Amino acid sequence: MDPRRTARTVSDPKVRQVGFFTPAPPERSISDPPRFQDPIQPPSPSSTQVNDQSPSGNSLSPVMIPPAHHHSDNFLRTALQATSPPKAFSYSAKTVTIPPENEDVASSFSPGRKVVSAKSPSSFPGVKASSVPASELTTVSVVNLPPGISEKAGGASVEVQNDRPVSAKTLKEKTSKAERRALQEAQRAAKAAAKAEGTKASSAASKVVTSANTKPSKATKPSSQKNDGSQVAASEKKGGDRAPEKDRKKDAPHPRMQYDDKSRVEKAKKRAVVKQTEARNRVELFRHLPQYEHGTQLPDLETKFFELDPMHPAVYKVGLQYLSGDIRGGNARCIAMFQAFKEAIKDYSTPPEKTLIRDLTARISSYVSFLIECRPLSISMGNAIKFLKNRIAKLPLALSESEAKSMLMLDIDRFINEKIILSEKVIVKHAVTKIRDGDVLLTYGASSVVEMILLHAHELGKHFRVVVVDSRPKLEGQLLLRRLVRKGLSCTYTHVNAVSCIMQDVTRVFLGASSVLSNGTVYSRVGTACVAMVAHAFCVPVLVCCEAYKFHERVQLDSICFNELGNPDAISKVQGREEINYLDGFVNQENLQLLNLIYDATPSDYVSMVITDYGMIPPTSVPVIVREYRRDHLWS
Amino acid sequence: MWWRSASFILDRQQEQNTNLPPNPESLLLSSPPPSMADSLQNPKPDISAYYQTRAAHHAVVTSDWLAQAQAAVSVQTNDDVSSGSDGRVAPTCGGTGGDNKTFSVIDEFNSWRKQPDLAEAVAAIRALAAVIRASQATTMMELEIELKKASDSLKAWDATSISLTAGCDLFMRYVTRTSALEYEDFNSARYRLIERAEKFGEISYKARRIIAMLSQDFIFDGCTILVHGFSRVVLEVLKTAAQNKKHFRVFCTEGRPDRTGLRLSNELAKLDVPVKLLIDSAVAYTMDEVDMVLVGADGVVESGGIINMMGTYQIALVSHSMNKPVYVAAESYKFARLYPLDQKDMGPALRTIDFGVPIPSKVEVEKSARDYTPPQYLTLLFTDLGVLTPSVVSDELIQLYL
Repeated sequence: MDPRRTARTVSDPKVRQVGFFTPAPPERSISDPPRFQDPIQPPSPSSTQVNDQSPSGNSLSPVMIPPAHHHSDNFLRTALQATSPPKAFSYSAKTVTIPPENEDVASSFSPGRKVVSAKSPSSFPGVKASSVPASELTTVSVVNLPPGISEKAGGASVEVQNDRPVSAKTLKEKTSKAERRALQEAQRAAKAAAKAEGTKASSAASKVVTSANTKPSKATKPSSQKNDGSQVAASEKKGGDRAPEKDRKKDAPHPRMQYDDKSRVEKAKKRAVVKQTEARNRVELFRHLPQYEHGTQLPDLETKFFELDPMHPAVYKVGLQYLSGDIRGGNARCIAMFQAFKEAIKDYSTPPEKTLIRDLTARISSYVSFLIECRPLSISMGNAIKFLKNRIAKLPLALSESEAKSMLMLDIDRFINEKIILSEKVIVKHAVTKIRDGDVLLTYGASSVVEMILLHAHELGKHFRVVVVDSRPKLEGQLLLRRLVRKGLSCTYTHVNAVSCIMQDVTRVFLGASSVLSNGTVYSRVGTACVAMVAHAFCVPVLVCCEAYKFHERVQLDSICFNELGNPDAISKVQGREEINYLDGFVNQENLQLLNLIYDATPSDYVSMVITDYGMIPPTSVPVIVREYRRDHLWS
Repeated sequence: MWWRSASFILDRQQEQNTNLPPNPESLLLSSPPPSMADSLQNPKPDISAYYQTRAAHHAVVTSDWLAQAQAAVSVQTNDDVSSGSDGRVAPTCGGTGGDNKTFSVIDEFNSWRKQPDLAEAVAAIRALAAVIRASQATTMMELEIELKKASDSLKAWDATSISLTAGCDLFMRYVTRTSALEYEDFNSARYRLIERAEKFGEISYKARRIIAMLSQDFIFDGCTILVHGFSRVVLEVLKTAAQNKKHFRVFCTEGRPDRTGLRLSNELAKLDVPVKLLIDSAVAYTMDEVDMVLVGADGVVESGGIINMMGTYQIALVSHSMNKPVYVAAESYKFARLYPLDQKDMGPALRTIDFGVPIPSKVEVEKSARDYTPPQYLTLLFTDLGVLTPSVVSDELIQLYL
């Protein structure tokens, strides 16, 4: 149908504009031609025209190729905008209600819905992609037409459906201007309604989502792919469907989003599934970080479960666990996330007319943005996700879906095994050589690797003492302490306040890390820097144990620009100690700001050694590992 | 620095007249008794093999001391004796000293080691090449296993020598993961390995030359260099500088137990370089006159720090606190995958120390022969890979071994 749309250019531009643009004019900054098309499209009835006008050339794929001049100027222009196909698509998408979250083809899912057919390729007649055979058109069109609206233009032609209200008209009829206008009005109304609906999470069955923004920029993506016809078609479809999804992606807080940028925050909020209320008084320096009132959103989210249809339950569960703090610690979170993804991949089936590679990537992205809403990603998770996406992108095209899925699941298992579990073992092996009889080892917080090291050294029969340093509010050290004491290690427990007193007895400091950055900075549980600095002052070697998959090429000089804020209540209140809750009633005071940082950055000067799966290296060599093994990490 | 250069000329003249001549003699006289005493007093097992041969090579006086030592013959001193004669003696000593099950890499190693100009690592690699030559293996895998055994026994024979370990590792690395394996038939691969091993000695010599060339930029006219211990590389550097007609003077520490500083000053005096000898404890006292500290290294470790003769650490500390640069000259085959966290974090290389008087048995003596200098006290490393900051060492090691 699309090609026909372009044909519509015949109709006068103004009318189309009106019809088309009502809801979201700003985005339309696109050049005229697309607009024209769009407006026209809704009244797709004009399709007849299309048929007439659209030459076979129209059917060509949207691939960016110098436009053929034979078409009208409009065509050319559209063609020129490289991105145009997607745009066109997205426009159409607007009018059409598409199940929002399933970016994939709605058609497969809900017959009742009108899906915008993948006509997009055809829609840009101006572009001639010689590469694309006409056949693609056929492939493209899998549309369930609403009963009312059905018109197929020949086998090759794809149906375009417009809005459902409009649908009453058969496309083929020629509409007069007036008629068209009426149509448009109707559409508009429909759209508005749809939007209203759509804003709420679309219900699983039939949700109408109006893609909010079709931005020209998006268009670029689809255009970039030049593949065989079928692929193109698929991608285009995606382009169309994806619009909503993309929005999601975009709006989900970027991992390093600056939360003091109001407009962005607003946008992100609109999108957010997890409605987090922001804490009111935030410390000036940390306004760029998200801070939420914790504890309230859980029930909220639970009720939303059925509305979030694209979210796989496993992912959802993990998200909630992040939110409630049931899963914490870099490795645990990463493994949990990967296992949820594995589940999701297992249950995944590629929607018709989509390619697994692109669709699955998009799906994973939407999961990730959900997880980000629950709790900002740790750097290790970021790396893991990068790995997974890379693996997906590198899947050979020839693989069948089930093969691809099992390959991905294997990759995930392999990652967990090799990069996390095995490398922990290697680290333990290295670290144990640094423990001698009579040592006093100090550790801070609860790191899984450090725990393994201590236990293993104990098993080897080394005689040493352990000092577990802990801090409020999480008191994770107590967990570690419990396990160590149970195994019979001799332990001392103290809070970080006393670290300078205890440090003189200590011979080694073992620390875990959330990440080690390129300049050797160790990014870890807040308080680590303090412990490391005290150790340095006492000339006690500081050993940081960190798996290499947690290394990151970023450089960070302080703990301010990137960090995570915890629940401020946690530091203002002490559970079970009513008598010392001096801050009761003060929490909402204007002039009181509570800061509960989760991480801090330890400069590399205070780190004597980083123990990783590649051996013991000085912190200055972290970039070497990152550089030499990046490919290795991605297995690409 | 430059203001000092004017006075330096004067200093030099003075010193030439006064200081230098006496030194060699005094040293000649003083050193023999102690070293002999060493060998007599202390049972060998206490002494790291590395330092045994070192003593043999580097003893300032060999002839008369040798005579005495021979007079005192004991099986244990064999090692030292053999150095005086030639490599042929070695096999017997290897038989007694190390327990060698193979055709005896260790003998081979020792015989190579007797050549004073040959570095330990080179000797090790030559010994391993001999293993290849003697091996009956018919496949690469067999050969590899054999080599592995040999290198393990070599390493075990003297666990304290870093460059021996590093040399073995390096060669094993080469055998196990290089293009040598790509040769179509076993014999040519084998031949290639041997060839490579033969070349290694040359490479090590070349490395010394390269280091000497690279370091010339750092030695400027009128500078005063403090050196510690005796290092072939450092000597090469200074020699080259002297040949390039640079005007500089050298402060040599005495290098106490084995007086390696005396030997170096001896060599330098032969080159007409003004030398001043210091006792080891005078380092801080003279540091304000010094423009740079130049030391060799037994081993360069992963952190970029060095393991070197006892006393290097304190010199580095003193010069760091006085903001004098500390340069290290070391061949890249001394890079070792070790990472000591502190001084006690490595197996001590023990060495006898002679105090000139009997020490009551209740008094404990620190016998460790070397210390670890952390990278933050080093300015630059002159290696055949270029002039490196300490942090690059780990980079190179990672590329070499991972």
